[in-house]
Amino acid sequence: MRSFTYERATDARAAVAAVSRPGAKFISGGTNLLDLMKLEVERPSHLVDISRLPLRGIEELPDGGVRIGAQAANSDTAADVLVRSRYPVLSQALVAGASGQLRNKASIGGNLLQRTRCPYFYDTAADCNKREPSSGCSAIGGFNRIHAILGASGACIATHPSDMAVAMAVLGAHVELLGADGSARRVAVTDFHRLPGDTPHVETVLEPREMITGVVLPPPPPGRQLYRKVRDRASYEFALVSVAVIVATERGVISGARVAFGGVAHKPWRSVEAEAALIGRPAAMATYRVAAEAAMRGAVGQGQNDFKIELAVRTLCRTLADAIQGR
Amino acid sequence: MVIGQALNRVDGPLKVAGRATYAYEHWDDGPPLYGFIVGATIGIGRITRIDTSRAERSPGVQLVMTHHDAPAQGSPDLSIPFEYWRAYPVLSSPDVHHYGEPVALVVATTFEQARAAAALVDLEYAGGSGSYDFAACVDQAYAPDNLIFGILPTDTAVGDLDAGFDSAPVRIDERYTTPYELSQPMEPHACLVVPDGEDLIVYVSTQIVDAARASIASTLRIDPERIHIITPYVGGGFGSKLRIHSETILAVFAARALRRPVKLALTRQQIFHLTGVRPTSSQRVRLGAQRDGRLVAIAHEVTMHTNRHSEYIEPTATTTRGLYAAPHRLTRTWLTPLDLPRGEDVRAPGEAPGLLAVESAMDELAHAVGMDPVELRIRNEPTVDPERGVPFSDRHLVDCLREGARRFDWERRPATPASVREGQWLVGYGMAAAIRGHFQAPTTGRVRLAADGTAAVQSDMTDIGTGTYTILTQVAADGLGLPPGRVRVELGRSEYPVSMGSGGSWGAANSSTAVHRACEALREKLVTTARNDARSALHGLDPAGAEFSGGRVSIGGVSEALSEIVARNHPEGVEAEGETLAMTDDPNYRDYALHTYGAHFAEVGVDADTAEIRLRRMLGVFSVGRVLNAKTARSQLIGGMIWGLGAALEEEAVVDPRSGAFVNRDLAQYMVPVHADAVEVDAVVLDGFDDKANVLGAKGLGELGICGAGAAVANAVFNATGVRVRDFPITLEKVLPGLPPMED
Ligand SMILES: Cc1cc2nc3c(=O)[nH]c(=O)nc-3n(C[C@H](O)[C@H](O)[C@H](O)COP(=O)(O)OP(=O)(O)OC[C@H]3O[C@@H](n4cnc5c(N)ncnc54)[C@H](O)[C@@H]3O)c2cc1C
Ligand code: SF4
Repeated sequence: MRSFTYERATDARAAVAAVSRPGAKFISGGTNLLDLMKLEVERPSHLVDISRLPLRGIEELPDGGVRIGAQAANSDTAADVLVRSRYPVLSQALVAGASGQLRNKASIGGNLLQRTRCPYFYDTAADCNKREPSSGCSAIGGFNRIHAILGASGACIATHPSDMAVAMAVLGAHVELLGADGSARRVAVTDFHRLPGDTPHVETVLEPREMITGVVLPPPPPGRQLYRKVRDRASYEFALVSVAVIVATERGVISGARVAFGGVAHKPWRSVEAEAALIGRPAAMATYRVAAEAAMRGAVGQGQNDFKIELAVRTLCRTLADAIQGR
Repeated sequence: MVIGQALNRVDGPLKVAGRATYAYEHWDDGPPLYGFIVGATIGIGRITRIDTSRAERSPGVQLVMTHHDAPAQGSPDLSIPFEYWRAYPVLSSPDVHHYGEPVALVVATTFEQARAAAALVDLEYAGGSGSYDFAACVDQAYAPDNLIFGILPTDTAVGDLDAGFDSAPVRIDERYTTPYELSQPMEPHACLVVPDGEDLIVYVSTQIVDAARASIASTLRIDPERIHIITPYVGGGFGSKLRIHSETILAVFAARALRRPVKLALTRQQIFHLTGVRPTSSQRVRLGAQRDGRLVAIAHEVTMHTNRHSEYIEPTATTTRGLYAAPHRLTRTWLTPLDLPRGEDVRAPGEAPGLLAVESAMDELAHAVGMDPVELRIRNEPTVDPERGVPFSDRHLVDCLREGARRFDWERRPATPASVREGQWLVGYGMAAAIRGHFQAPTTGRVRLAADGTAAVQSDMTDIGTGTYTILTQVAADGLGLPPGRVRVELGRSEYPVSMGSGGSWGAANSSTAVHRACEALREKLVTTARNDARSALHGLDPAGAEFSGGRVSIGGVSEALSEIVARNHPEGVEAEGETLAMTDDPNYRDYALHTYGAHFAEVGVDADTAEIRLRRMLGVFSVGRVLNAKTARSQLIGGMIWGLGAALEEEAVVDPRSGAFVNRDLAQYMVPVHADAVEVDAVVLDGFDDKANVLGAKGLGELGICGAGAAVANAVFNATGVRVRDFPITLEKVLPGLPPMED
């Protein structure tokens, strides 16, 4: 039997100290980690429970931004008045994810660090470079309908499944980290996750013993925010493609645009190409299409997921149109 | 009359309070050991080496069993028509026939220890090259020699199909494909086996007690009387528990070897490889019609997969046999042998995939001749069974169609596909007919009246969540004139009278009829006793006019409590048995065609940009003879309709053609509808009584809800978008290329 020890951290410093034990891992809501442990995909020998640390607060910052504690529940964050009024795209993305029960347990930090939903990653009998470096990638040439179209590598074509992180990408959020030596640092959420390259098992820039303590949202940029998730059923399902936009217009011309995709890459995919193609152009379908195609310029399908390229284009076009028309 | 009422489930309070004990939860016999199955990680080949030493040394491990030390076993007797009664050998050779097949069993003190040790069994294989890709292997299909379930022909023909079809002015000739699907009951396949001297007590989640007992006995080659099955509650089966599988056989081996109680449950992932799968199919449907829609030719030819070593034929091609009139007809079945898990019955075997194809084709015909799809079906309504020429027992398909169209406001259907848009949504209506054979099988039930005036019904029949406890309470309450609160139903034990269990939608009618007959016999006994008893108020009265109600028998104006008759004459209680005949012994099955019927109506919205398909509302109207309980009937039908919705849009077990494994083997990836997918679904049952079916006039309905439901959804997608998808499930990428250009 694979036994593990467990401790409940009393404060953040103690938590990072405790996780420096070999084989140790943080556990927050456990909604991802425990599933993976049951399948022996994750095999920690020690769990440091950080779910009760006083990191649940959602507070306004002097510059008009908001700081969300790493332990804030996904559901509490989605329902928070500040979040709903200033960052509706984040609230929409959160409620589009998982189910009510899961959102009650799931933390902000855990959501950022949830692992891919590639089925071969879950199957310890299958080759998977992410789970077992250098074993191969079963998804390439296998079942890859849900896999990445952007930024993938010959080693891994998995996607990052978070909805929340996509909204944070357009909001320009930063992730707050606490290091083992007590030092704090901040990383832009768009730099937090890595592309797979040759090391798909290294998914973020998080150092082995670092803990996420919170996420800082700068004051919202002007414009309307909208999150749109496309999925195989009405609820309780990950995105095939999702889009977060913040878009502003002046007299029919786009004056500000931020665009990010989910379900298309190993990380939430902010598209500066699409943004550049939107700003200064008329707010019309032709513009959106050009921007969406710019976003998908380097996109490559794996066969079963080829449709995602056109789906991403169409979803972005629709989301921009809806945001601009206030739908 | 208690029969027909929407009586709440009598077992409901136990279930919601967690006091209904399921197979894996029994604990009466002391702490059990826990088994865990090690599955093959190749699709075909041979085990060349097994090293169990690390697993054996692992903490808590009591036993590691492989093909080297598994006991000798009987092999399946193919002359037994229903395979659920046949032996089910496990670990019987080093050969691997499909991915996930058991290659070792680990038994330990705790579940976690067993599971961890299972990962330490070291195996080497010589892999062969298997056939896993159905589409690539269809040319290897063969025509099976066997009858389906030992009773139904695989192929039939009337008239001259080719000539009829070729001469028809309107022709539809299309191929439809359906995927692998699995029953995924909430309660996994599980058992606890307790050795008791030479006997075995087997708590097992199963649909047919007698089949479980027979299959274990013939696998072990022991006397069935030594095996005692207990299965009072079953958390769903949907066909996958018609027979027991490796979990039960392996637990039996371990319990016998260790002389200790052993529990074993499949994990959700294991269920995908270790139970049965609905075969994938490729179905060619040909419809030849006059310009007025009248069919002259109908052909349904089905190719499906079967496991190479264990033939299973889904009765898919039988779907059209009783459905529509046409002088030239053909049904045919081929099997493509693959090295995949074995095919087995999955809820509504045959009609579920068959009607997806046929009722889609009928929609295509309606479109081709420019006719309302409801009218097209009415126009092709047969007067007698179109293949056999015998009359129908009680056919109300047209009533279902008309009533459904009326209730659904079918006349609001957009006549032109892709013509209605509401905001983001392309809106469409679809409909389909439903038909399912009504079957019957020998069943015995016992009713016992105690001296306190309460009745006990006993049968080895199961309640798999359908409501058997409740309907049998109602039948016995009416049969003896007792309030339902004074009837207790006891099910799921092999020492009770033998039934054919739950399956094929026959359980309710089989068991109700047997219990009704038992009540008749018991009434007879009671009245005779009273008449002959000088102490009875009914002494010497003519029993012909006896009436049973409120716990009393009355003749003329005189009455006596049942409890008094029993207490005086049978202080130990009195009982009687009743029987239902086999179909083959019932002349009505020779002289009539017995089916249940329905009509499904669906309205869908298809996102004009992303092709996401969402059901807006769905209605089914059904004819099932007499309904035994309005509430349990509706639940079954609605559940079936939602299953059909899933089959149309979501469900598919994906095979990795390199390994032969099902890839998406959990319920996060193998998709079925969630509540948000099925917000407005309703089922209506027409009043009825099929006097050819049985004395109660009741027919089965556990599977009817699925039949045709998916086709109604698929047809609605066509009506919404003008895109016809013939490859199920209809996921959005199949519709996306046909969507209109985007608008601002
Ligand atoms: C059935 C199902 C459906 C789902 N559907 C969706 C969906 O549609 N969209 C979506 O976005 N998500 C979905 N999810 C995923 C869900 O959002 C995540 O499981 C959840 O957000 C993880 O949070 P948690 O607190 O439970 O993390 P945990 O499971 O506790 O941890 C996850 C990982 O993060 C690490 N970790 C946790 N907190 C910290 C921290 N503060 N610092 C450093 N490391 C940390 C843990 O060590 C672990 O490796 C679904 C999950 C399930 C089970
Ligand atoms: S895509 Fe990535 S996660 Fe999936 S099998 Fe390949 S390496 Fe593993």
